[in-house]
Amino acid sequence: MCLAIPALIKSIDKNHEAEVDMGGIARRISLRLTPEAEVGDYVIVHTGYAINILDQQEALETLKLFEQLAQAAQEEH
Amino acid sequence: MKFLSEFRDSALAKGVISQIHHRSKMSARFMEFCGGHTVTIFRYGIRQALPETIEMLSGPGCPVCVTATADLDKAIALAQVPDVIIATFGDMLKVPGSFSSLQQTKAEGADVRMVYSTMDAVRMAEENPDKRVVFLGIGFETTAPTIAASVLQAEEKRLENYTVLSLHKLCPPVIKTLLDSGEVRLDGLICPGHVSAVIGSTAWEFVARDYGIPCVVSGFEPLDVLQCVDMLVTQVEGQDSKVEIAYRRGVQPEGNPEALRLMDNVFEHCSAHWRGMGTIPNSGLRLRRTYQRFDADCVFDIDPGPTREPEGCICGAILRGINTPPDCNLFGKACTPVNPVGPCMVSAEGSCSAYYLYEGGNRGG
Amino acid sequence: MADEILMAHGSGGKLAHGLVQRTFVDVLDNPLLAKLDDSAVFNVSGRLAFTTDSYVVTPIFFPGGDIGKLAVCGTVNDLAMSGACPLYLSLSFIIEEGFSKKDLEAVVASVKETADEAGVAIVTGDTKVVDRGSVDKLYINTAGVGTVAQNADISGENARPGDKILLSGPIGDHGIAVISKREGLSFSTQLTSDCAPLNDLVASMLKASPNIHCLRDPTRGGLATTLNELARQSQVKILIEEEQVPVREEVLAACEMLGFDPLYVANEGKLVAVVAAADAQHVLEAMRANRYGEQAVIIGEVAEGDPGRVVMKTPLGTTRIVDMLTGDLLPRIC
Repeated sequence: MCLAIPALIKSIDKNHEAEVDMGGIARRISLRLTPEAEVGDYVIVHTGYAINILDQQEALETLKLFEQLAQAAQEEH
Repeated sequence: MKFLSEFRDSALAKGVISQIHHRSKMSARFMEFCGGHTVTIFRYGIRQALPETIEMLSGPGCPVCVTATADLDKAIALAQVPDVIIATFGDMLKVPGSFSSLQQTKAEGADVRMVYSTMDAVRMAEENPDKRVVFLGIGFETTAPTIAASVLQAEEKRLENYTVLSLHKLCPPVIKTLLDSGEVRLDGLICPGHVSAVIGSTAWEFVARDYGIPCVVSGFEPLDVLQCVDMLVTQVEGQDSKVEIAYRRGVQPEGNPEALRLMDNVFEHCSAHWRGMGTIPNSGLRLRRTYQRFDADCVFDIDPGPTREPEGCICGAILRGINTPPDCNLFGKACTPVNPVGPCMVSAEGSCSAYYLYEGGNRGG
Repeated sequence: MADEILMAHGSGGKLAHGLVQRTFVDVLDNPLLAKLDDSAVFNVSGRLAFTTDSYVVTPIFFPGGDIGKLAVCGTVNDLAMSGACPLYLSLSFIIEEGFSKKDLEAVVASVKETADEAGVAIVTGDTKVVDRGSVDKLYINTAGVGTVAQNADISGENARPGDKILLSGPIGDHGIAVISKREGLSFSTQLTSDCAPLNDLVASMLKASPNIHCLRDPTRGGLATTLNELARQSQVKILIEEEQVPVREEVLAACEMLGFDPLYVANEGKLVAVVAAADAQHVLEAMRANRYGEQAVIIGEVAEGDPGRVVMKTPLGTTRIVDMLTGDLLPRIC
């Protein structure tokens, strides 16, 4: 459940609404649930609301972990 | 698509899959609670990639599937009130109620409109002052805060024609009920990623502590689910049981405090009827009295009439993980995505729908 | 008053004649139509292909096209998928009373432009105006004829094990472009419908090889539905690779947002070709040399066993079944 996708905040207005970019499509969403989000942040958007700020550092570290595992698996073969 | 596509990378997947195969020695049964995980697992054939030691089970985390027939009947009855516009997420349109569905009611002339967001529903209320907009509030803790935000927005705009029919449900109580029933034996729980983004990973502590079941919060991309399985296997092999977050880019232990605050502001817990599981105390949300003018249950006096459950439908048992769709006599015959009998077949993330579409239910499995 | 279509415009009287002449005949401009006889009479020799279709798209104007362009492309493409060279189309309009004349003119201009590109003529037509609320603004019905080579045998039942499956370009553009304008779901995108006449592309493919077994355009129901139709008609198994199927990033993003699988999203300017293995590369090159096939790829092949089934290899190397679209594609939150 809970389809939610990463979106990049391009601008924020005074009504807690933001213009975001999701893979090339643009939409207006609400930041009411993530008032601390800033332009340049990635947020996770569910039904037009950001439900959390995406931790980019964690994302990169997770990917690095996957790369290490892939490397190890490769070396095995 | 950034922060999405990378988590579908085939080369990276091979690494995690390989690690799971190395690690997994003991047989283990994991349940994915969330329908979104069910879809990912089926869509990417994840079960095929996993070693035979691991069995995957689908749980009742499909808000559409667990919406009580009587509640849906209420929404359908509301749709038939002349000045009402029902605003609903697409998911609910085709779910069969006792005698009809929202889609059918719409075809018969009711004003039922699909929206992507409650923001659209609030706007609809603003733009149609002579109508009353009733928003059909389904979903778990991921969605409930967005409905709470819409109520607050309606309050700020002093709207008198926006109400919510709150059918929201909470995840931890139903997991507890499932585990207490003893009907299903689990060695690990794949915890819902976006629900946890709101309620935090600490919400699952009770599962690890009181039931000794490892819990890992997972994201929704195939690599996320694989990583989660790997972490569960590690716990199982180490005879550990704790709550961990695999979906670290999306979830913190404390969740989203602002979302929780808004939810608490607008809603209070109540008991709720879960289709196929009966009434579970403190598992639903209803609007607080302060907001009763936004509560469709208070504003409208609706009697949907007697409820009728479809004969032969075992959605309940499937939702509880006791049976799988092929066990149902109706599966693939009387009950198909074109003519669904029960909600598990209608919902894109219901088990029956997933089995049918991805495992070839239309040829007898 | 003069800006709107009235009931009288469909009644056959003076107003109707004026509308037909100025809005249709003068714009679509060809000798057969200009005669305004009850039927268009012409000579055609050889085998004929004949098709019909109706267009009820909402909204009628969408990024990259409109209902008029869609009507011509849809009909031309149906003919082209049988290997036919499209010649003549009929065009019938069912117009809602009160419809804007300016909008009607824009649709007809689109029809003209697209017909010219495809090299077809609209030679006969009809106009009806119905009560407000009876139709949603404008519906169009078409029929089309074209000629097919005597030895051409392109049919959904001709796929054979070993054949390759070719796709002319990225999927999902049309469906997403249209839905981006729908009330309650709108979002901004640079994406436009891929709506295009494919007869020229098909002609160049046929020139490249006589061993094209099937051609089909994956419209409503998307690529998945089309592949299932072919698998069933030919009673074969079709195997495709997910990583080979091109999807634009914006289409992917919109699908993720709405909960769609791109395999089920409509296309209006793409085709699937089932080609004998030996000729596949050659046909692919011919496709890539055409503006509507620049991103053509081989996405899979026809296999032995399991007749009627479509199976897809996922990026994880696992396989899953791809079924037809059942019902409508509905956005979901879960």
